[in-house]
Amino acid sequence: MLLAESAADLFDTEVTPELLEAADRGEWPEKLWRILDEADYPRLFAEPGVTWADAYPLVEAAGNALLPVPLPEALAASWLLSQAGIEQPGGIVTVIAQPPGWLAENRNGAWYVSGTASGVPWAHAAEHAVVIARASGEPVVALLATAELRIEPGLNAAHEPRDDVTATEAKAVACAPLGGLSTGILYEFGALTRATQMAGALRRILRITAHYAGERTQFGRPIGQFQAISQQLAVLAEESTAATIAAAFAWAEAAEDPETPAIAVAKVRTGQAAGTSAAIAHAVFGAIGITAEHSLHFATRRLWCWRAEYGPERFWAHALGATIVRQGSARLWPGVTVL
Amino acid sequence: MIPVPPKLPPETEALRAEVRAFCAAELAGTTGLDRSDSWMGFDAAFSRKLGARGWIGMTWPERYGGHARSALERYVVLEELLAAGAPVAAHWIADRQSGPLLLRYGTEEQRASMLPQIAAGELTFCIGMSEPEVGSDLSAVRSRSERSPSGGWVLNGAKIWTTFAHRAHYMIGLFRTAGTPADKQRGLSQFLIDLSLPGIEVRRIRDMSGREHFNEVVFRDAQLAAGALVGNEGEGWTQVIAELALERSGPERYLSSFELLRAAIDAAVPDDAYASIELGRLYAELVTLRQMSLGIAAMLERGEDPATAAAIVKDLGVTFEQRIPQVVQDLFGLELLAGGSDLARIQARILQIAPGFSLRGGTREILRSVIARGVQK
Repeated sequence: MLLAESAADLFDTEVTPELLEAADRGEWPEKLWRILDEADYPRLFAEPGVTWADAYPLVEAAGNALLPVPLPEALAASWLLSQAGIEQPGGIVTVIAQPPGWLAENRNGAWYVSGTASGVPWAHAAEHAVVIARASGEPVVALLATAELRIEPGLNAAHEPRDDVTATEAKAVACAPLGGLSTGILYEFGALTRATQMAGALRRILRITAHYAGERTQFGRPIGQFQAISQQLAVLAEESTAATIAAAFAWAEAAEDPETPAIAVAKVRTGQAAGTSAAIAHAVFGAIGITAEHSLHFATRRLWCWRAEYGPERFWAHALGATIVRQGSARLWPGVTVL
Repeated sequence: MIPVPPKLPPETEALRAEVRAFCAAELAGTTGLDRSDSWMGFDAAFSRKLGARGWIGMTWPERYGGHARSALERYVVLEELLAAGAPVAAHWIADRQSGPLLLRYGTEEQRASMLPQIAAGELTFCIGMSEPEVGSDLSAVRSRSERSPSGGWVLNGAKIWTTFAHRAHYMIGLFRTAGTPADKQRGLSQFLIDLSLPGIEVRRIRDMSGREHFNEVVFRDAQLAAGALVGNEGEGWTQVIAELALERSGPERYLSSFELLRAAIDAAVPDDAYASIELGRLYAELVTLRQMSLGIAAMLERGEDPATAAAIVKDLGVTFEQRIPQVVQDLFGLELLAGGSDLARIQARILQIAPGFSLRGGTREILRSVIARGVQK
């Protein structure tokens, strides 16, 4: 089993501002991915006994380092393939997590898959993609070769690849029943990973913002000594801490129940923290923080995108709220304490 | 800054069920309005029953009437009492901070005489910190305690905003034993004060909701015995900072409006998507705050200093408590809020007491200063 600290150290060493700039321009960080691949990080769940809780430090560190490669997606694929008993291929594997409505059909022993999705992370860079489809109404996990897909490359506002994907009777590499899992499970995993990446990025933002406030001098003293700034740093610390706890809790719960409401809680809470904290960081850094030259935007632009991906706060808050209203107040507290 | 809390040990679940059943039986027949008093609900008989069950002073040594339970077991009891809206005010302050303060800094005589009675739910304490001219700047304390010729102490001055002083048996008060207010943190000491002594006058202060829970306490040559000093003379500031961390670290800092959230959930219409979204946001905050609060309980269990962490959870917690009545105002119109329904009554009360949530136990602005210092260290 890999060590969380060694992953974090590796990310910190490899993900330099220069690397982030290159990724921002559209360059694939081949060397970084090769290092991760050789460490078997993308195939974490291929090892028996690995649970969601084991992946948490890796995803948090990826968020903290703003890792510009689809490691969270690879982990989602690794987990689902291991659940379905499909061997994970080498190379880059992404996930098509969003909409239901993908169909799979078995003809003469081979599986053919059709559907469309937008915003698929790094589809054009990946060799394979994992999707949940329905075959005669029954949910299945399909492993597709991206060579079989039509892919329109796109970017989110943080310049992370988010591609449109169409499969027209694409021949699957493998296909297996989903079992008892929800057909939305990849979307849930996506929400969990984005929540956790946000928590990691918020930890980074707190560190660099507090450091800058102690270093930057105006009116003869560090700006962090002014109450107007220190009060904002306090809110930043509160939000970052809340995000970390919400994300960590969700992984711990998901290790026992992949469909835990703690994932919705984490996406709502970290999304809220992302909005508040990115604004504070930019306020403290002032004009230098909105330049292309400064590295702050690599974090804040990602936060804004991750907040929206795999369901914004409204989506998950609605799911949580509808449940507690339907259940009534008598089940509110007992529900909270069994989470 | 706050550790991810461990899963609660299995033995806490039986305890939780026991407390939950006890509260259900004891609080049968109470209204939502009664329960909305939360930890400001005062019922001496209820506190004695909790004492008899061993749910006060739970973590203290048995020789002082405690029960040598873990901080996490204590946490489970606290959160169940708060979530049920149990009237815990008669023992709350003593259990939370006065008892632990005496345990840490008190003399053997103070511990032996006070702690067993607190654990039995028989003693109510109040906290003498703020003064008429001393609010957020607590180090500017003016009330004085001077040595009397007989070796005891003489108190003069006034404390204010002293919650439940009119019902309390004892106060632990911060007084200046040396120097002047200009000496700030130096020269302060804490005293265990029997409020029935001559020279102590308790004046009730009515709050804007028309209720009386806090007071001004005036000392005019009040005579204390030599043994009333708590801890070391001149080290009151260090002791008070430790006490404030205890005061700020518990689940009462996010559950004060819980009864209102319950009423709002029952008043919401299931297919009202907007209401579900707003209540879902509150639920996400609630679950996160509980984990943060448990994280602090875990810090206390490990003997770590939770000062910055407690300030973080208190500020986020009271912001949550204060947001609930705002959401209720946004969601429900006159039909639900003008009548005599539970929701209407609870909302009217919480609206009026909520501004105090971010004042008691340290103002929002002071807490944020504490947090910012912790972050910039």
